[in-house]
Amino acid sequence: MKKNLIILFLLTVFSTKAFALIEVDITRGNLNPLPLAVSPLSIDDKSKISFEKILKKENIGSEISIIVENNLKISGLFNPISKDAFLQAPDIANLKPRFEDWNLIKAQALITGKVTYINEKLRVEFRLWDILAAKEMMALAFTTVPSNWRRVGHIISDKVYERLTGEKGYFDTRIIYVAEEGPKTQRKKRLAIMDQDGANNKFLTLGNELVLTPRFNPASQMVTYLSYFKNLPRVYLLDIETGTQEVVGDFPGMTFAPRFSPNGKKIIMSFAKDGKSDIYTMDLENRLVEKITNHPSIDTSPSYSPNGKFIAFNSDRSGYQQIYVMKSDGSDVRRISFGNGIYGTPVWSPRGDLIAFTKLHKGKFYIGVMRTDGKGERLLTENYYQEAPSWSPNGRVLIFYRETKTNAKGEGFSAKLWSIDLTGYNERLVETQTDASDPSWSSLLSN
Amino acid sequence: MNRSIIISSVLHTVLIVITAMSLPFLTKKPLDIPPIVSVELIQIAEKTNIPFAPKAKKIIEKKKKKKLKEKEKKLVSEQAPPKKVKKTKTKTVVSLDKKKEKIDNQTPEAVPLPDKTVKQIETKKENKQNPDKLDEEVKQVSEFEKKEFVDLDNIAKLIDKAKEDTSEIIKKNNDITQDQDKNIVTSGLTLSEEDALKAQIFGCWSIPLGLPYNEDLLVRIKLMLEPDGSVAKTEILDHARMNKPGQGFYKVLAESALRAVKLCQPLRVPTSGYERWKELQLNFDAREMLEG
Repeated sequence: MKKNLIILFLLTVFSTKAFALIEVDITRGNLNPLPLAVSPLSIDDKSKISFEKILKKENIGSEISIIVENNLKISGLFNPISKDAFLQAPDIANLKPRFEDWNLIKAQALITGKVTYINEKLRVEFRLWDILAAKEMMALAFTTVPSNWRRVGHIISDKVYERLTGEKGYFDTRIIYVAEEGPKTQRKKRLAIMDQDGANNKFLTLGNELVLTPRFNPASQMVTYLSYFKNLPRVYLLDIETGTQEVVGDFPGMTFAPRFSPNGKKIIMSFAKDGKSDIYTMDLENRLVEKITNHPSIDTSPSYSPNGKFIAFNSDRSGYQQIYVMKSDGSDVRRISFGNGIYGTPVWSPRGDLIAFTKLHKGKFYIGVMRTDGKGERLLTENYYQEAPSWSPNGRVLIFYRETKTNAKGEGFSAKLWSIDLTGYNERLVETQTDASDPSWSSLLSN
Repeated sequence: MNRSIIISSVLHTVLIVITAMSLPFLTKKPLDIPPIVSVELIQIAEKTNIPFAPKAKKIIEKKKKKKLKEKEKKLVSEQAPPKKVKKTKTKTVVSLDKKKEKIDNQTPEAVPLPDKTVKQIETKKENKQNPDKLDEEVKQVSEFEKKEFVDLDNIAKLIDKAKEDTSEIIKKNNDITQDQDKNIVTSGLTLSEEDALKAQIFGCWSIPLGLPYNEDLLVRIKLMLEPDGSVAKTEILDHARMNKPGQGFYKVLAESALRAVKLCQPLRVPTSGYERWKELQLNFDAREMLEG
């Protein structure tokens, strides 16, 4: 007992000498994009000649690195350093980079890699380095057919993005949209699909019928869209992998904006009948149709939450169009938008935390986001006419289309795809061969 | 009879027309689907065995040698100004406590046994200025080291000594901080000192923008600092969380914080009072930024 007391006393005496650990709270930082270097992937001469024959590309290693660089740049989160500043050649950097050299040009991360031609296949090895900590963060290798080289670039971008930001990437994805040509009154509208960066564009329909609102299935490479048959809209399903197409069914009255449920087993849409419009779902297996809302108002544009438990939709039940959320069986309807103006096309983020919408206020169109309870409304972009936001699979970027005003002669009209990220600062034109509208972003092709 | 033939033929033509119109759908070629890309993880061994590029190796070795030499020089020099001697002293105290290997590097003749090292340092320091103060400080460390073996009979003596030591240290701090208030010394950095440090790190920290704003993400990093503000050691306090599955966001934030510290080196620390800020804890919290 006495001993214990003495020890206690001893400890208190000693502890008075120790200084309290100073704590400093760091609550702010800069939002500048992370400077990073994408070294061209190294390639041996033999592989180089083989790939030149097959792909007609002079140096496939540097072509892939350009894809990666471009992807990371358009994300707005990274700032790839110009290759002219690099001090180390790709083949040396691939072994083990001289971190001092990369530090000198202010790179904080470095991507290196190697391309080889093995058994008629393309093998890409890549490594991500943390320059300041002087260590390797990730190493992966891919093997595929040579014609698939662009996708390898996208997959590398996704992996790097995920490792450095903590969330999944969105580069190995495709975008389906309506390609438009001709004068405004007589537009030829075709369904088209392209890679997220605009490459590999293909037209899926001939343009004889009007097509509208294509939407990707979040669970597979299936698309649903509307097409007119005898002046009545019909809902179609198109399997991108097999090219097969089918009519889901004929519905009473006008049909609008079909969209998949998160597991891809149902389609949700709205039908207009007798001056009112309600929301219905259809089970794709047994084709059973279920009525979800029953209200004398106009309810349209339904969109499921990613867990399938809730549905966001438009309704004018309060007098003018606002956004509402209800449970997936139609109960517990709550209005969530209360700002000035008219709100439309709610789309639930794949991350589940936000709802994107289009807003019309004083003759201007806005694309914005709000939390699922309607709080924290933020308008990301404003223009003469823009609508139909669609989320990237990681819930970080929105793609939408924007139309320009025509002059008195009816000239100058155009419709283009644009993307904007959640910060609202990174707005970009998505290049398409023709005019374009109604984009929909696919999920990641590889997981 | 005729009528039914007409009806039949009309219906047939209608059927043929409908089939002809819908057939193009069936003949449509399936899209060429990009083939599967197989992914494999490269073994850790492969990356850890990578040799340094020859040139880089030389440079790194040269730098290492240079550093060693400099350190040796520092330890040997006897005519260092009094203030500097104090600083190096305190440094050895830290290393005795926590990093024995470091001592091995610095003093090639050092023996790993704690008792002996202490003795060696003591003998060395006799040559230097202010021998009395030093002696006591070193002894105090040795007591820390030997705490477990302390004989309880000696405790009374130790207590007396400990009292002496405390007063000694307070005196010493008064010397170092000169006209600064004692209260400030014990309570941390002054507001302006803290602001200078914060402002510097704010500039170095690139916040990963993809982080969710609604999760509890706070990264606490403990730093061991050199007197010039460079970082000797960093330690993430919730280190276990780094490699847990489902904590990807935490890992990303922690790595960004470490990058910020490294990028900011040397830190803008106060010019005096090394004792009080040689260990520093930084709490990185991005919520405020991500929400806005």
